[in-house]
Amino acid sequence: MNTPLDEPTTRVRIEVNGQPVLRDVACRKHLSDFLRDDCGLKGSHLGCEHGVCGACTVRLDGRIVRGCLVLAAQASGHRVETVESATPGLRLKALQDAFVEYNALQCGYCTPGMLMAALDLVERRPDADREQVRMWISGNYCRCTGYHAIVDAVCAVLDLQRVGAFAAEPLPQVNP
Amino acid sequence: MNHPTEVPTRRDLGTELPAVTEDQRHIGVAHPREGVRRLAQGRGQYVDDIELPRLAHVAFWRSPVAHMRIGAIDRAAAQALPGVIAVVTGAEIANLCKPWVATLAHLAGIKSAPQYPLAIERATWQGEPVVAVVAETRARAEDGVALLQVDWDELPAVLDTETALDADTPLIHPELGDNLCFERALDTGGVDEAAARADAVVFEETYHFGRHTGVTLEPRCQIADWNPGDRKLTVYHSCQAPHMMQDLYCRQFDLQEHQVRVICRDVGGSFGIKVHAYPDDFATVALSLMLGRPVKFVADRLESFVSDIHAREHRIHGRIVASKAGEILAFEIDDLTGVGPYSMFPRTSGIEGNQVVTLTGGPYKHRAYRARLQVVFQNKVPTCQYRGVGHPIACAVTEALVDGMAGRLGLDPIVFRQHNVIPDNAYPATGASGIKLEVLSHEACLREAQRLCDYDTLRAEQAALRQQGVHRGIGVAALIELTNPSAAFYGVGGARIASQDGATLRLEPSGVLTVLSGVGEQGQGAEAVFAQIAADAVGVALDRVRVITGDTDVTPYGGGTWASRGTGIGGEAVLLAGRVLRDNILAVAEAILKRDRTGLRLRRGVVIDEASGQALLDLAELGRIAYFRSDTLPASCTPELMVTRHYAQRDYPFIFTNGVQVSHVEVDVDTGFVKLLRHWAVEDCGRVINPMLVDEQMRGAIVQGIGGALFEECLYDEGGTLSNGNMADYLVPMAGEMPDIVIGHVQSPTRSSQLGAKGAGEAGTAGAPAAVMNAINDALAPFGVRVSSQPITPEKILRALGRI
Repeated sequence: MNTPLDEPTTRVRIEVNGQPVLRDVACRKHLSDFLRDDCGLKGSHLGCEHGVCGACTVRLDGRIVRGCLVLAAQASGHRVETVESATPGLRLKALQDAFVEYNALQCGYCTPGMLMAALDLVERRPDADREQVRMWISGNYCRCTGYHAIVDAVCAVLDLQRVGAFAAEPLPQVNP
Repeated sequence: MNHPTEVPTRRDLGTELPAVTEDQRHIGVAHPREGVRRLAQGRGQYVDDIELPRLAHVAFWRSPVAHMRIGAIDRAAAQALPGVIAVVTGAEIANLCKPWVATLAHLAGIKSAPQYPLAIERATWQGEPVVAVVAETRARAEDGVALLQVDWDELPAVLDTETALDADTPLIHPELGDNLCFERALDTGGVDEAAARADAVVFEETYHFGRHTGVTLEPRCQIADWNPGDRKLTVYHSCQAPHMMQDLYCRQFDLQEHQVRVICRDVGGSFGIKVHAYPDDFATVALSLMLGRPVKFVADRLESFVSDIHAREHRIHGRIVASKAGEILAFEIDDLTGVGPYSMFPRTSGIEGNQVVTLTGGPYKHRAYRARLQVVFQNKVPTCQYRGVGHPIACAVTEALVDGMAGRLGLDPIVFRQHNVIPDNAYPATGASGIKLEVLSHEACLREAQRLCDYDTLRAEQAALRQQGVHRGIGVAALIELTNPSAAFYGVGGARIASQDGATLRLEPSGVLTVLSGVGEQGQGAEAVFAQIAADAVGVALDRVRVITGDTDVTPYGGGTWASRGTGIGGEAVLLAGRVLRDNILAVAEAILKRDRTGLRLRRGVVIDEASGQALLDLAELGRIAYFRSDTLPASCTPELMVTRHYAQRDYPFIFTNGVQVSHVEVDVDTGFVKLLRHWAVEDCGRVINPMLVDEQMRGAIVQGIGGALFEECLYDEGGTLSNGNMADYLVPMAGEMPDIVIGHVQSPTRSSQLGAKGAGEAGTAGAPAAVMNAINDALAPFGVRVSSQPITPEKILRALGRI
């Protein structure tokens, strides 16, 4: 990056999708810009940069965060997962497939963040019903679909999970 | 709030109409879009994902006030900042880019003032770009903006549409003589006579529609890359109409088409927001021309709210006249709308109001209609075409008046509509406003909607719950939507916006098919639809088709995406090209097989003998011979395996669609909160190419319509500053508050094309505000009060109820 030389920087070491990444970044740079500019991971999108729209949702040490509200420096020493994960787990893969199957994306801009939020739901709220799915993903805006198909897709993956489709990857013990 | 839904039905519709191709296997089928799998894996390429060598970034200093005279601009500190490349003012940009005035010849009398990429003497809305700072990073460009010292004198702002034309209101553009952008009057005669009839019943009401905006999740963005070596401009642009932008760049910068390439890759939502030419688009191109390097502009969300077009902001006095027997006799409207300080380039800001006049009363048989429209300038963000363009307003006014009248006459709203819509057997017909309606299905859609929502049960439940103090409402709206526009929309007015579109189909040597279309993809599924049509028209499997759009260097010339034209116009061009390509393939097969083509058919990628079904030649072998072994073909045979066809709809000004929506709501009369229980929509977009994609267009559009009806409004303070211009304060619909939406289909194909498809992208937005408002008023009926101002907030409901 062409970071002007007068800008304060800090060295970060972040595990991104399983790979350690070492970079000098501007102290003020947020995690989404770090992922996009310094790691070339363009899947996390910026829709508002003030923590509302959810398009930048990624996982930090297993919990979903707004990439635009976390500084890259804060993520140093931690583990970040994005939708681009080269080896998606069964649940993420199933969600990606279901989004295509149900046309739960149109322009696709919200989709990576929506998928990370949905993955969090599938792992943490395996018993969620349709209304709870709607509430859970209400932190992620979609302007194209009207949400119905997204809810359909997430519910379909929850159903798959209930019948044991992901038994090969047991859910980690997580704090709700 | 959301009923646990049944497993979604994937209803294919292809067999409900006569086939349009010999071996129709994909048209009418709900195929998932394989092309979006990469988006689900985070592998899209939106403009901000593109990096180029020596890429510079621009940020704009925008007017902080609604109206100001620009004073001295001190840029020394910004220029001295390391990483800042240039600081540029409006006068400097104007040396490169001509100003524009957005008018259309067929909107008689419309006027506007010359507009520049960056404001020069005055800035006329909060958010108008004034100074550009180009730097090595966007963050550094913003640092530079913060260091600019701009002096200004605040000028009086024109904000209120009701007083914009008063004699003592300041003029935004003194040279225009007044603050009137456009006006129109339409009178068929007979309105006063209808109202004077002894058996006349009159219902009137005033409606307000708040300003709102599109909030595409991907903000507007572009990269302009001027290469001084070959004097060519490449613009990567998140937009809906690449050829239109190419033409505008040519004209404003004195270039020619071969010098300008516009590329639209993935577009993160558009909805009409990205079909306009914005001042900062031209500024970014000018900066690239000045600096000889690529310049990227990506609006941040805060500047999106004050620079993306807004829409709506109408005040309409409406009146309906009916006979006591229940026959609608006349409609009358008086529409006052505010459009900001300039008519927006190049489509103008007169179209929305014009469409309100054209569309009001559209579904009904009445012959008497009077309308008056005044479009006024004001110091707010310019407004222009946003999904639905006038339809949501015309439909909400019409349907609220119809419901109001049904209530006054004591008639059921569906029964009243069934009695008054133009009957399904009466087409082609001409509406009272003069609109030409080719073929519609109001009666069938009303019947289907009634069945789909189990209307009688809903009414019974409503009555029972009222006894318990639970106030539910059922709102019905019939609508028309103009789609597949002819040149009557823009071309006849002098705008260089193509109503025709082209498609090129190329058989590749291995037997796969490449489709190039002038209509692009912003998520609606245009590429998927074109693939389905191409596969059937030629006779190949769907997974053998690749579609390329969004590049003016590559695709046929066309208008792009607007006015719900993608499938109806672009799809027809694909069908026409596909049929010719199939014939050309069979001509080559005839030469290779040395047998008469009679009896040869192309089925699923193989040339067969029709009588026996025997496979004779597969397309890979045909391609191999055609491309690499032309020596083996007779001299008379030159394979033409790339075919281009164009289509323009010329039979009607527009091909109208129709539909019926039903909204079911519960109003908490203590808090004013509205709970959306469910929404039904029966749509008739003619031949459905992919039912799942039509369903999803309807659902998304309905939710955008609900946004305007209940939540979204650009709120200005007394000084003309947008007070909720951020994602937290400007409310867009979220998943938790939206209902499940059930879609039904009726198919009345247009005869203006072989395909028979009409548009489906905007009907949802057209009907939802009407259905929701009617449902709320139905819920409030026991209290004898109504709401008629959108967005219908809890506060407005409580005020109507007299609770606050």
